Amino acid sequence: MALSGMRGLSVFISEIRNCQNKEQERLRVDKELGNIRTRFKNEKGLSPYEKKKYVWKMLYIFMLGYDVDFGHMEAVSLISAPKYPEKQVGYLVTSCLLNENHDFLRLAINTVRNDIIGRNETFQCLALTLVGNIGGREFAESLAPDVQKLLISSSCRPLVKKKAALCLLRLVRKNPDVVNVDGWSDRMAQLLDERNVGVLTSSMSLFVSLVSNNHEAYWSCLPKCVKVLERLARNLDVPQEYTYYGIPSPWLQVKTMRALQYFPTIEDPNTRRALFEVLQRVLMGTDVVKNVNKNNASHAVLFEALALVMHLDAEKEMMSQCVALLGKFIAVREPNIRYLGLENMTRMLMVTDVQDIIKRHQAQIITSLKDPDISIRRRALDLLYAMCDTSNAKDIVEELLQYLGTAEFAMREELALKAAILAEKFAPDLSWYVDVILQLIDKAGDFVSDDIWFRVVQFVTNNEDLQPYAALKAREYLDKPAIHETMMKVSAYLLGEYSHLLARRPGCSPKEIFGIIHEKLPTVSTPTISILLSTYAKILMHSQPADPELQNQIWAIFSKYETSIDAEIQQRAVEYFALSKKGAALMDILAEMPKFPERESSLIKKAEDTEADTAELSAIKSRAQQQASNALVVTGQQPANEPPQVTQLGMVKIPSINNLENNHVDQEVTQTNGTMGEVEPQNADILGDLLSPLAIEGPPGVSGTETLSEDGALALAPVGEQENAIKPVVDIAEKFHDLCVKDSGVLYEDPYVQIGIKAEWRGHQGRLVLFLGNKTTSSLDAVNAVILPPSHLKLELSSVPEIIPPRSQVQCPLDVVNLRPSRDVAVLDFSYKFGTNLVDNKLRIPAVLNKFFQPVTLSAEEFFPQWRSLAAPPLKLQEVVRGVRPMPLGEMANLLNSLRLIVSPGLDPNANNLVASTTFYSESTRSMLCLVRIETDPADRTQLRMTVASGDPTLTFELKEFIKEQLISIPTASTPPVPQQPQPTIQPISSSDPGALLAGLL
Amino acid sequence: MKIHFVVTISRQGKVRLTKWYSPYSHKERSKVIQELSRVILTRGPNLCNIVEWRGFKVVYRRYAGLYFCMCVNQEDNELEILEIIQYFVETLNRYFGSVCELDLIFHFHQTYYILDEILIAGELQESSKTTVHRLIDAQDSLVEAAKEKENTVSYIIAQ
Repeated sequence: MALSGMRGLSVFISEIRNCQNKEQERLRVDKELGNIRTRFKNEKGLSPYEKKKYVWKMLYIFMLGYDVDFGHMEAVSLISAPKYPEKQVGYLVTSCLLNENHDFLRLAINTVRNDIIGRNETFQCLALTLVGNIGGREFAESLAPDVQKLLISSSCRPLVKKKAALCLLRLVRKNPDVVNVDGWSDRMAQLLDERNVGVLTSSMSLFVSLVSNNHEAYWSCLPKCVKVLERLARNLDVPQEYTYYGIPSPWLQVKTMRALQYFPTIEDPNTRRALFEVLQRVLMGTDVVKNVNKNNASHAVLFEALALVMHLDAEKEMMSQCVALLGKFIAVREPNIRYLGLENMTRMLMVTDVQDIIKRHQAQIITSLKDPDISIRRRALDLLYAMCDTSNAKDIVEELLQYLGTAEFAMREELALKAAILAEKFAPDLSWYVDVILQLIDKAGDFVSDDIWFRVVQFVTNNEDLQPYAALKAREYLDKPAIHETMMKVSAYLLGEYSHLLARRPGCSPKEIFGIIHEKLPTVSTPTISILLSTYAKILMHSQPADPELQNQIWAIFSKYETSIDAEIQQRAVEYFALSKKGAALMDILAEMPKFPERESSLIKKAEDTEADTAELSAIKSRAQQQASNALVVTGQQPANEPPQVTQLGMVKIPSINNLENNHVDQEVTQTNGTMGEVEPQNADILGDLLSPLAIEGPPGVSGTETLSEDGALALAPVGEQENAIKPVVDIAEKFHDLCVKDSGVLYEDPYVQIGIKAEWRGHQGRLVLFLGNKTTSSLDAVNAVILPPSHLKLELSSVPEIIPPRSQVQCPLDVVNLRPSRDVAVLDFSYKFGTNLVDNKLRIPAVLNKFFQPVTLSAEEFFPQWRSLAAPPLKLQEVVRGVRPMPLGEMANLLNSLRLIVSPGLDPNANNLVASTTFYSESTRSMLCLVRIETDPADRTQLRMTVASGDPTLTFELKEFIKEQLISIPTASTPPVPQQPQPTIQPISSSDPGALLAGLL
Repeated sequence: MKIHFVVTISRQGKVRLTKWYSPYSHKERSKVIQELSRVILTRGPNLCNIVEWRGFKVVYRRYAGLYFCMCVNQEDNELEILEIIQYFVETLNRYFGSVCELDLIFHFHQTYYILDEILIAGELQESSKTTVHRLIDAQDSLVEAAKEKENTVSYIIAQ
């Protein structure tokens, strides 16, 4: 053993071991670091032996978890030592101490490269290992071609080759843009012919990485993978040293099956048959055995085979075989198998329609919820959550509630959230929902986020039938000796609003209600006191005829809190006190809260967010993006819209506590003003909502945004147009819309000029030809056409002649390159002079998102794996869209098809849903598959749920918004724009029920 | 599959081996060790070898007083990783001859060399114990040969 001679190091390690506590250890480490630092300062005096020794000590200290922020230079310098012992130490310590972001690594690139291209195999191995473990961008830039050359060189021996494969894998994985793997499919195919199992294992890892980026390029390798699997499954020509507990390299088997899952499907019937034979053999031939290692290894292969079967969406028979296996697994003694059984059942639910078969195992799954192992309990919870539907919601939610009492803290919040969501989603009746949430708060109040109780308040407010029941329940909980503060909040709120509905029941007079609530006031925190004050005011209002005693009591409380140090409480006390003196007027002011607009549950959103754990950062980013675009809407409009917007949010979210007061006051004010007041803010909001697509489209403040408006109807009389004496004879907006789905037609026409357009699209490029026609018998002068391109398009317009001769047409080609996904629209600023009239128009050019689509039709086998692999935000986004222009399903399908989003009928088992796909092309994304699913509600055609997925977060977001714009009912302009247009479109709606109106628009 | 890191912790919470295949700052590394010690060392016997941690999965296995842990993504094959751990330990065992904690402490560098022959870039490089053993032996003899050379008379004279 090479280190045996290094006494100094052994002594140091012993001393560290002898340290009695952490503090002593730290002192010893600090002393040693100080020593090393001094030694390194006059490096000249260090022998190679000493240098090695100190570098080893540094690594040991680093390994213990201390920060070693010096001496990197010395470690790196050992790499360039001529002799193996120093070099070996240099390479190893460097690859441990440094990571890809360290600047010092740059110093080593040259030496590393020389070692890689040199003839010394051992040096090659050391260098490849270092690059494979910590190689970053600069390594990729300067070394990738050398590594690639080495990998395909015929003279390269297995020990070097397998390292080269993994080294390349790292470089590709970290910097796919730097490493050129064009044309590597042939080389990869060759590498997969390798007989040496060690090399093949590394090559297969490389292949998995390549194919995960771009399976299209590697179709030719698919049969090779199946061959490898056959070889292993039949144990043909697998050396003894590569069988592990009697199983031919389980790792290579797993990797190969993983690689196959990146191909959407397997077309070739022979290959498919061969593969299914192997899979069948694995599924049938794996038994639980005594030897734990053998068991693990064989089940590693089995679970991968299951995943592959699910991916290939095999015949029903094989699928039920899989479910049967999983059903067996979740009941076995071996905990790993139980864990994986539950996990894979959950995965299975996502891909195929096996809900009913899995439901048969419900009892066993519920038992797993009580497993001694938290890992298994977590899986059970996830599975129960995924398999829940209306038929079993009651059972499952009640189990969850029961479990909540004993669950460990680490799981309670998730458990509470999931129970709340399931209760909301699948409640057989609403009173049950209220029961569940109140129980939830009662049992695990600390883990019930505010969202959960806000939501129950929303439900109760919006459902009159529920109000007496909820109030009664709240009243019952108040009888408990100790209740959670959240329960206090929700009960107080509900009783404030609805306790008058209970008036005739025993113990429910205003006075009694007040008494029982007020009893708890000393125990609650400041924000809750605010809520209680509102409750008192409401109770006071409901006690008609006024009960002077109660009144005095409550007034006394108000006046006590008038001097509260908390501004919120103080303000409430003062205002409620003043308001309550107004007697009958109080009725109007403190009237019941109006219904909340229907909207997607924030809980469900939250759950989706937490599911996207790993992608959290990017999820936050995409949310920020969405917020930014909302912000645009607000600032882009007249600022007068802003205050109502705030009220709106406040109402929907209910008390974000600090807002509560504003909220109330606003409410009060609007209510005293009567109905008009109530409609007003909503009116403003309708505008805000309807205008939103417009504001996003162009940067705010740019003149000409008006012409850019989504629709003529909302164009509020474009500024340019008011100046133009010459009016177009066609509806520009309508023409633009037509051209969005057609490739030729008229873009603009007035009495003198007609502009036609003809377009051809290929991938991310397009060629448009503008036909500028002079309709008159005299020439048009000062013709000018300028393109205002959005940042995502590269546009080149060939020169436009200044004069168009009478009765003639000029053609101007316009080349378009799509750089990245965006819904922004390019604008053509077109002007000319006719006589003394200067005509200037800003016309949108129909080079819109859908022009860069190429239709693809996917079969179920192709669609579902993709759908599954794009699992979470930001790659997959979901939104409930309301205010949809009602249309029959067929029409919606036609609309999507016209946008080149090709609907695959029958792919979704639910006839009310549409599934569509397309390929999007841009320079940044290349070709990118986009998948869309729209779930409609036959009972309410104005809302739907849309899920969009693609491999690029921006694309997903843009596409989602794009489709939304197409579906939402923006009044289409059948007549030329008139400035007053917005008014009539809103008036008829606002006269109807305001709640419904809001619901429709949000 | 991509293993993000390999960590070996003793039952007393002492770190015996760390290897990071993804870049982590010093702070993150300490946190990982701290959190994993808390989660894993407290797990009882007869539980599964997988813990879910910050959206990742940590596959671990206990050998006497040592816990070998490897961290992978959620969608990775857990049992495959579990058997990599076993295979790694078997290889150590073969090299040291019934390996014990002290071997890993005083020959930590050797442990690193062996790990480097098994994993690169967090991926399995070689699954044959025989091959790994042969390669490590070859490395050792290279080092020995260099040492012997340093001790020859002619080398000393040349210096």
